[in-house]
Amino acid sequence: MALPVYASPLERVWHLTYKVICVAIFVFLISPILIVMPLSFNAEPYFTFTEKMLTFDPEGYSLRWYDTLLTMGMSAPDGPRDASWWEQAWAQSTWIKAAKNSVIIGFWATILATALGTLAALGLARAEMPYKRLIMAILISPMIVPIIIIATGLFFFYSNPCSPVNGILGLVDVSLQCGRLTSTYIGVIMAHATLGIPFVIITVTATLSGFDQSLIRASASLGASPSRTFFKVILPLILPGVVSGGLFAFVTSFDEVVAVLFIAGPEQQTIPRQMWNGIREAISPAILSVATILVIISILLLATVELLRRRSERLRGVSPA
Amino acid sequence: MMADIAATAGMMPGLTTADGRPLKTALAEAQAKARRRAFLLVAPLLLFIVFTFVLPIGQMLQRSVYHDGFSSAAPNLVAWFGANPRGTEPDEAAFAALAADLKQMKADKTAGAAGTRVNYTLSESRSLFTSSARGADKLEPPFKEALIALDDKWAAPAVWEAMRSAATPWTADFYVIATDFERADDGSLQKVPENQQIYLYLFGKTFVLSGVITFLCLLLAFPVAHLLATLPMRYSNLLMILVLLPFWTSLLVRTTSWIVLLQGQGVLNNVLVSLGILGDDGRLEMMYNQTGTIIVMTHILLPFMILPLYSVMRTIPPSYARAARSLGATSWTTFRRIYLPQTLPGIGAGALLVFILAVGYYITPALVGGASGQLISNMIDFHMDKSNWSLAAALSAMLLVGVLILYWLYDRLIGIDNLKLG
Repeated sequence: MALPVYASPLERVWHLTYKVICVAIFVFLISPILIVMPLSFNAEPYFTFTEKMLTFDPEGYSLRWYDTLLTMGMSAPDGPRDASWWEQAWAQSTWIKAAKNSVIIGFWATILATALGTLAALGLARAEMPYKRLIMAILISPMIVPIIIIATGLFFFYSNPCSPVNGILGLVDVSLQCGRLTSTYIGVIMAHATLGIPFVIITVTATLSGFDQSLIRASASLGASPSRTFFKVILPLILPGVVSGGLFAFVTSFDEVVAVLFIAGPEQQTIPRQMWNGIREAISPAILSVATILVIISILLLATVELLRRRSERLRGVSPA
Repeated sequence: MMADIAATAGMMPGLTTADGRPLKTALAEAQAKARRRAFLLVAPLLLFIVFTFVLPIGQMLQRSVYHDGFSSAAPNLVAWFGANPRGTEPDEAAFAALAADLKQMKADKTAGAAGTRVNYTLSESRSLFTSSARGADKLEPPFKEALIALDDKWAAPAVWEAMRSAATPWTADFYVIATDFERADDGSLQKVPENQQIYLYLFGKTFVLSGVITFLCLLLAFPVAHLLATLPMRYSNLLMILVLLPFWTSLLVRTTSWIVLLQGQGVLNNVLVSLGILGDDGRLEMMYNQTGTIIVMTHILLPFMILPLYSVMRTIPPSYARAARSLGATSWTTFRRIYLPQTLPGIGAGALLVFILAVGYYITPALVGGASGQLISNMIDFHMDKSNWSLAAALSAMLLVGVLILYWLYDRLIGIDNLKLG
């Protein structure tokens, strides 16, 4: 945005100030994310730059905090680093276990949220859909309702998932007890899927708004079954939206800590749960090395979503400048 | 179009389909079928959400008005309260019922739960129940004298009033507590002393802090969104990454980074001290207090303000501003009268979204808020931790109502289908 030629000196000064302010805000946005990267290579157990780091002395830097991620929780961390050591680290390290849990839970929560969400978005995109506004409002609400309320509700509900049945049949004296969902993978996966669903609905609905519904009729008139129409016509066209919705759902699960705090057991500790522990109790620079790894993952995810968005715009004929 | 056809068919009752059915019925059937099909696509997800979201929250809300800790442990007293209206002086029969229930409580180990329930209505009642239940086996008739000898609190009308209130499992007592009221000796409601009013104060503080954070977000988002909207696409796409990267970065990572930056021995304080701006003993306290909560939450919620503002600003044609200038408006007038009003939809969308998200925030205040930066969500967590589940549920219900009103407002003003991500 260039300044017009008729700008007064005062306007020129203001324009410069405005640019400085913008730069400052960008620094505010990005610096907390970048600051953890160099600090994670600190050779000392401090959260600030040491003198050696500032003079770029190689001695000031080390990979010890990344090493901690492997050795923490290992029964024999000091042995030689041979195949059996790595095997042990893979099986015992607290952070590796947490990473495995995060990936397993995130993966299944994403599959669940994306499959159900895409199907529902297809229904919501149809003109004949009854109660569209109300249903949409309900499906988006897990994003709006405070997480502590959802987690509290799940905490009670998961301790006896049959209890609503007992409530409904309150007239007859039944008290069904069925297996707890607290401290189970299925329980955490369902909770995370619920939190991810609004994102899938939003992105897929947005993609479907540019989707030509007559293509479905064209496909049907040519003799394709509804499922064939879905896989051969609809899905390829809305795929960018589905994938970015799925990525949002995955990130939501990958970053979720409150539901895990309330309903997960010691077997389902995820990376955010470990970080929560680390920040609250024994704060150590190992947290910063995890943070650095997570930042790199989010950069990769962001790049993927951006590429998908541009592809989607190209497919819809909206040319990115 | 469908409606048009239906109207036409209605006007001409003679029209039939090829197989002889009236066109009107055939069309109605076809439309019903289409509706069913559309609904069937949504049904699985709706069922899932009902199971994992609507039912759990509904059940928790029930807990805020239902507590059977006392009523299930004291059947004899419940029967006596049922037979005698409010205001009846407790007679020997009442004390006999109490003694029988205390014995049963001792046997079932339910005195704690029953006492806890009465404790919500009248404080310091829990110990009365647990200690009396310990001595319950030795009680002999006449029970009135025996119980009062055991603990003279049993003679107090307030205790009996509290037990009467706890004798039905359905109760509004938790909302009474959550709105800083208490029951007086005669059962009427009164405000708790000023220095003990915590819940409404905390609700107020949560809303005020959310307002401050929303305002700060708007202040920071406006210039950035404007810059992004007016720069040529290739630059703005690049700068957009700086906005989206925080959005995609883990909340815990961002919170950790801010702790590293702002804590007493943190990067910012160290820089200021080494530059000589601050003395070593004058380090700024920006973490583990209200300031920390505000700074970190503003940073975390800022993208939610920038994105809707940006998408509105991008659609504002620059020719309007140029027209205003050509008609003699100063740049300030142009901004105030021409540009700002056109950004209002974006301001509304962003501000409401940020405010809704801020009101229910939990993680950041819990990690960086210290004592002064806690919000209402943290109070709910505190009571969950202390097993005051019904009180936590009542506070949750009040927070939920607030958020749902804002959500409804958002849907009215902006429409949830206009919610966009990235």
